[in-house]
This record gives sequence, structure tokens and C-alpha cells, in this order.
Amino acid sequence: MAENSKSAEATVLNTKVLKKLKGAFQAFDTKSDNTVDIKEIGTIFYSLGFFPTQADLQKFTSEVEDERSGYIHWDRFLPAMTKVLLEDKFPPISDELLLQAFEVLDKEKRGYLEPEELTNYMTKEGEPFTQEEMDEMLTAFTDEEKKHIYYKDVIPHLTLERKM
Amino acid sequence: MGCGVTKSNHLHKHTTSSGRAVTTIRAAILIQRWYRQYVARTEMRRRYTWNIFQSIEYSGEQAQIKLYNFLGYLMDNFTPSSNERNLISHIFRENEVCRDAEWERYFCYKNIEVPEIYSGPHLTFPLTVEEAVGLVEAFRNKKQLHSRYVLQLLLETWKLLRMFPNINRISTCHSKEITICGDLHGQLEDLLLIFYKNGMPSLEKPYVFNGDFVDRGRDSIEILLILFAFLLVYPSNVYLNRGNHEDHIVNLRYGFTKEVLNKYKMHGKRILKLLQKIFSWLPLATVIDQKVLVLHGGISDSTDLGVLARVDRHIYISALRPPKKRHHSLAGISIDSDADVDTAAISRVFQRRASFTYPKPMGTRYCFQNRSLQDFSDRIRVNMENQLELSRREEPTLNTQINKPEQESLCLSTDSVSSDNTVDEWKQILDLLWSDPMTQDGCIPNEVRGGGCYWGPDVTEDFLNRHNLQLIIRSHECKQEGYEFCHNRKVLTLFSASNYYDVGSNRGAYVKLGPDLVPYLIQYQASSMTRELTVRQSVGRTERSALRVLREQLFAHKSDLLCAFRKFDSENKGLLSLNDWASAVESVMHLDLPWRMLRSQLVTCKNSEGTIDYYEWFNELAITGSKTDHIDQSLLEMLYRHRSTLETIFRIVDTDNSGFISMQDFRQTWKLLSVYLKMEITDEAISDLAVTIDSNHDGSIDIDEFMEAFRLTDKKSRLERGRSMFMGTASDLTKLEGDPNI
Repeated sequence: MAENSKSAEATVLNTKVLKKLKGAFQAFDTKSDNTVDIKEIGTIFYSLGFFPTQADLQKFTSEVEDERSGYIHWDRFLPAMTKVLLEDKFPPISDELLLQAFEVLDKEKRGYLEPEELTNYMTKEGEPFTQEEMDEMLTAFTDEEKKHIYYKDVIPHLTLERKM
Repeated sequence: MGCGVTKSNHLHKHTTSSGRAVTTIRAAILIQRWYRQYVARTEMRRRYTWNIFQSIEYSGEQAQIKLYNFLGYLMDNFTPSSNERNLISHIFRENEVCRDAEWERYFCYKNIEVPEIYSGPHLTFPLTVEEAVGLVEAFRNKKQLHSRYVLQLLLETWKLLRMFPNINRISTCHSKEITICGDLHGQLEDLLLIFYKNGMPSLEKPYVFNGDFVDRGRDSIEILLILFAFLLVYPSNVYLNRGNHEDHIVNLRYGFTKEVLNKYKMHGKRILKLLQKIFSWLPLATVIDQKVLVLHGGISDSTDLGVLARVDRHIYISALRPPKKRHHSLAGISIDSDADVDTAAISRVFQRRASFTYPKPMGTRYCFQNRSLQDFSDRIRVNMENQLELSRREEPTLNTQINKPEQESLCLSTDSVSSDNTVDEWKQILDLLWSDPMTQDGCIPNEVRGGGCYWGPDVTEDFLNRHNLQLIIRSHECKQEGYEFCHNRKVLTLFSASNYYDVGSNRGAYVKLGPDLVPYLIQYQASSMTRELTVRQSVGRTERSALRVLREQLFAHKSDLLCAFRKFDSENKGLLSLNDWASAVESVMHLDLPWRMLRSQLVTCKNSEGTIDYYEWFNELAITGSKTDHIDQSLLEMLYRHRSTLETIFRIVDTDNSGFISMQDFRQTWKLLSVYLKMEITDEAISDLAVTIDSNHDGSIDIDEFMEAFRLTDKKSRLERGRSMFMGTASDLTKLEGDPNI
């Protein structure tokens, strides 16, 4: 995909990939001045098919942000993104892995989780959800009749193809 | 925590409790990561779905302005007796200067009887609070107000509005909170929801309604009647601002005209005529506590409240055309023309890079030769090219152009001083009703909509300082959350029509302002459907609608797309890379959409190397059907692209508003269209079209049936808005069609 080189900055990406990055960046460049709001970095990553954690995002952002202005300029975004691509830093999560994750939480192996259980995990462990995120997840995942979350059914419906 | 997770594909299970805790945490993080990614992707899709609808909506508005300009040009260049002129002249007969007494007689409701079996609300004048509230209840129960009462109500409203100044000035004294609502667009459900949440207008509860009460939704007339009723009952507590849709020209395209004519078969025309006058008398803006300005569209760098306070607002029946005065030509024939107004300046006001300008007749203003439409089309072509040349060389901006001395020495207006003023006033009103804010500094013409400006934060700052104000509240643009601040929170956009593009597309909002003048926002979303939908489902549904609309637009531009594709495909392989495909599509469509992202939804046939077989793609998009197979594909494409214009022209031509036009008029319409679009439509092609639809050979054509036959309108959904099947549409209006009592 890219030519070899010691520093990532000197690496040249092929045009196809470059256009993709540029396209994603420009979609959020609302002021048309080659900068994007740092809050959008997550969405940009996700739209390109990467799965960073919140901590990953924070780290990335702190490395490229323009002196705490709240904005990231394309000139700093590109080399950092190139590095991400080269190192394949945030690989997607496969269905199997996701299933395993749910199964870990489903200790009794019932094949489903109760809303309260999921809420407990999502809002107390790891990188906790906000109330809003939790509510949305529950609305999306909970089976209407049984009021359970049948994770095996949920996963295939919601997995999206990687764009890159 | 997150960074410490390894990239291994297995979650190792440990039997120790601490090990299990670690695993649990890792599992949780994984799920959170995955879910957040999913939500963010959904957000992206929602965003571009939004862009699709908005782009198409605005380009529709621009199309309407172009059409209007074109018709205006026709008006000025045909003899009064010519057939073509007659077809369209009645929409321009707006500014007949008559005495008020004449108008009152014309709108007289006294002869209209209300039959005994009428079960709708009865009104007496002067109107009482109970009757106004009763009206709301009646409409909630799907009743319709009898035309007699409608006319009476409108007459009283007109009389009242004439007494109001251009700019309402109100205050929050006595600790009153003022409620401000944005665009309602005929969505009665939203107005009812606002009244339910906030209470109806009263002495303790003043309201400001910020324009765009009508069009697109199906209960525009009901909303108007409610607003007017409360205005009559509480003239010091209800304030209405004019919006860009309070304009009969816009109404022709966007559904209000159709709605009224359908609901009021007998008196619809009169009602519409009366509404034309009422719209022109609606105040232009409202100022609260001398600090907060409420207006529909926005401002420009030349907006001056002093000027706006002084204009004769009612002479601007439509904001799209400067006012006309009676004029006597050299030949002594009295005609309606805008000779007093500097038409070159007007054309510059409307001049846009790629739009059809209002071309100046080459020295033939006072010379009326009998022309055929064919001569005419040649003229337009020549003029168009000249104009485009001029504009390319000049690179006009609105501000410089208005003041520039005339370069084309064709205008023979002797009254240049007053005409300059008129144009300036007109521009002020246009800006007020049509402008949108932008993030960059400066002020540029609003090319997307075709009227008004884009204005920047520096213009806001300057304007507020000059007028000693602190906040602008405006509407005009749909916002996902129902509202949005910009320009350093000095401009608030407020939109009150929820689910505007489709079910679940957006919330509506209203604002409450107390003496502290801090805006307090309340959001809502009408329709029980939306509460049950998850984020994913509502985005999905809206997205499907948007994509369907987009596919139709793409089909409609097939010829141009093919041209563009061939430019990229130099070896004529019929294949394009994804990037090339995206660039070509944008160069034709000008919708500024993320085509690469949309590709997977728009193109299902795909080669393995990531190339697109565009011929196959066109096959995918094609619209076929037994009725239309014999029609030339390029004609079909043209019909599709301009269906809205086509329908508008049909409705203009249908002078008695019966929904039918004669074969003769049908042919004339096509001639008009072919000139406008500079496209050859043979008589044979027209006959083919006619044959398709006039199945009973009685010489008349049902407009609705025609549009449907070519799948140009879909009875169950509104193409231009992509509304879903779940919400009611114009077909519901047919319930009242046969009712002779209304």
C-alpha cells in the first residue's frame, strides 16, 4: 500500500487511498479551510472502517490537534493517519470476536442478556457509556416481547462492512 | 485501559476471579468500541441523507425562480393577444391597482350559503376566543371550515393586517414570556403539539410565528386559519412574520395552491386571490424589547431596518418579482409592464453563474411584433449566450452590481431615480425572506436557492451593532434538532416542522423568551410512529427514501452523466474507477454529496476490480413500464427531470382550476416547455404523450393522471420530500372532493 520509509511523514500513500482519506476529511471540513473539529475525529475514523477505543482517539487527537484550538489541520492529520494505516492500528472487530465478548458477559450461557445486566457492564466497566448511549443501545437491541437482548441475532444485523 | 488490550483474536478465559474480571473488562471495552463505531456510522448516514434532501429541496426552489423569470420574459415579449401570453398572463395579473371597495365586492362572502347539513365549525364576527379555540378542535377532528367563513375570516384578517407596521415591536414587560415558532409548512400536527405543550395564544401567552406557514404539508390552509383566528382575537398578542413561502408563485410549485383548490372546489380561486393580498400585508419582522430581531430568512450586508420600516410592503405581492405599475406604452396601449423599473438591474440581482438570467430584449421593449415560439427560442439562445458571456467577464456580485451604472444601454426608463429605490427596497425584502447564514465571513449571493444571500458572522456583528441589537432569531432552514445556533450564538435558527423530510428525520422546536432575553428551547417530534422507531430504523427508512429520490434524479440526468463518463473513459471501455465515477457524477449533479460513500447504495452492479460498468448502471436506473415503453427515452428523462416544472406549468395553464386541460393547451404547454428547456420536442412526440393519457379521446387531459402515468408523481409519497408511506398525503384530500357543502 505504501512505499517503505523510516518516518511515516515521508511515506507516500497511493492516490486511491489518499483520495479516500481526503474525502472523509472534507466531509467534516465545514468551514472549507482544511480543518475539522476534533470532536469529529472519531466519526472520521469510523467512517473509514477503523475501530479505535476512546483512549486511542484521545491519544491520536492530542498528537495532531492544533495547539488546543479544537481543530485539526489536514497537514497534521494526513501523516498521523498514514501511520495508522501502515500500522493497522485499529483493526475491525470480527463477528466471532464480538460474539465471544458477549458470551463472556453472559456467564450462565443463556444466549441472551438482561437489559439491567448489559447496562451494568456498559455503564460501569471499560470506557463507560453515557446514559444517552445506553438508552439508545437498549432501544436498538432489546427484543420487544421477551425484553431480552439476544446478542447472537443482533450482531449480524448491525455489522457493517469495512470501507477501506 | 483501552490501549493495553492486545490485538490477539482470542479472549483468554482464566479461571481465577481476577482473571475473569480482566476478561470481563476487555469484553466490555470491545463491545463499547464496536457499538460506538456503529453509532458514528449511523450518524454519517443520517448526515448525508439530510444533505440529499436539502440539496434537492433547494435546487427545486431555484428551479421555481428560474421558471418565473422565464415566464416573465415571455410576458414582456408577446403581443397581448397571442395565445401563449394568455396562457400565463393571469399569474402576473397580481398588481392590478384597485380601490379597496372593489376588492371587498370581489371577495364578498354574503352570497355564499351554509347548508344545514354542514357539520364543521360556525364563526361569527367579531370572533371570540371560544370560536378560535373551537376552530382548533374542529381541525383536530379533521373538519373543514366552510368557504363562507373562510372568506369572512380572511377579509377581517386583511383589514387588520393593513393597520400593522412593517416591523412589529413588542416587549416582555409584565414578566411575559414570548413564544416564538419557526416554519410549520402545513404540518398541523406540529402546531397542535406546540399548543398542547405550551398552551394556546392568550393575553398571558403571546406568540410570534416566523413565516412559512404553508406549502409541503397537507394542512396549510388550516394552519393559516388558526393563526389568523388568534390574530383577530388577540391582535396585540399574536405576531406573524412573512416567510418566503407566503408567496403565490412559490405556492404554485410547493402544494399550497393545489391544496386550496382541492379542498375548496368552488371558491378556491377566490380564496387564493385574497390570500395573495394577505400575504403581501404580512409584516416583515418583529423586534422584541428592542434587542431581539425575529425574521424569516436573514440579513445581508445591506439590510437596513430603517429602510424596511418605510417600504410599502404590500406592493411586493411576490418577493420574486419587483412591483409593477400601470404603464402606457408609446403606442398608447395600456399594458402591465415593469418599464418603470430598471430591468437590467433586476437581471443582475438574479444573475447567477449557471442560472437562466432574465434577458433584456434587444431594444424591442416598445416594439411588439407577432412572434412564434420558434423565433422566440432562437432569441433566447442568443440572449442567454450574451448574458453568460457578460457575466463571465464581469463576475458580478450583488452589491456592486446594483450601484453600477448600466452597461447595456437598452433600458429606456426615464424614471431611474425611483426605480433604483424600488429595486433596492425589493432586494432588502428578498434578502430578508431568502437568506441563509454561512460560516465564512462576507456576504455572497445565495446561488443554491436562487434568491437572497449567504451572510457571514462579520455581517451579523456589524448589523447587530448598527441597530443596537443582541440576537437574530430566524427560520427558513430545517435543522435536525429543530434549532441551531451560529455566529457565536448571535443567530438562532428555529424550525418547527418535525419529521420534515421523512418520519424521524428531525425534531421541531420553539423558543420562549422572558425579560432576560435568554432563549429557552423546547424540542418535540410529532407522530406516534417516531417514538417507536430506534435510531437505526428511522435513519434506515429516511435513507431509503432519500436514495430513491436520488436515483430518480440521477436517471433524469442520464444524458449529461453519459457525456461526463465518456470524458473520463477515454478508451471507451464502458468502465470507470470509483473516483472517476464520483467526480463525473458531481460535475453533473452539483449536489455536493459524498458520492463515494453513497456508491454502494446507488450502484449494485460492480466489477471485481472496483470499477463500475456505467452502461449497466443506467439499465439499473431506467424507468420502464408498459405505458411508457413507446416513449423516447430522452424525452422521458427530460420529463422526469423537470416534472415539478411541468406540473407547475400545467397548473398555470389550467385557468379554471378543474384539473383538466384541453388538448390544445396541452400542446401549447409542451411548446412552452421546449422553449424553456431549449429542447426539441416534435409534434409527433407530443401526440404520443397525449395518446398515452387521453384514453377516452374526449380532447381533455387529466393532469394528475398524466403525471402518474409517467410515474412522475407517486400517489403514496411526495417525491420531492421523500415522505414515507406512513404519513398521509394529498390523496387524503380526495375524501372531501365530492362534498358539495364546502
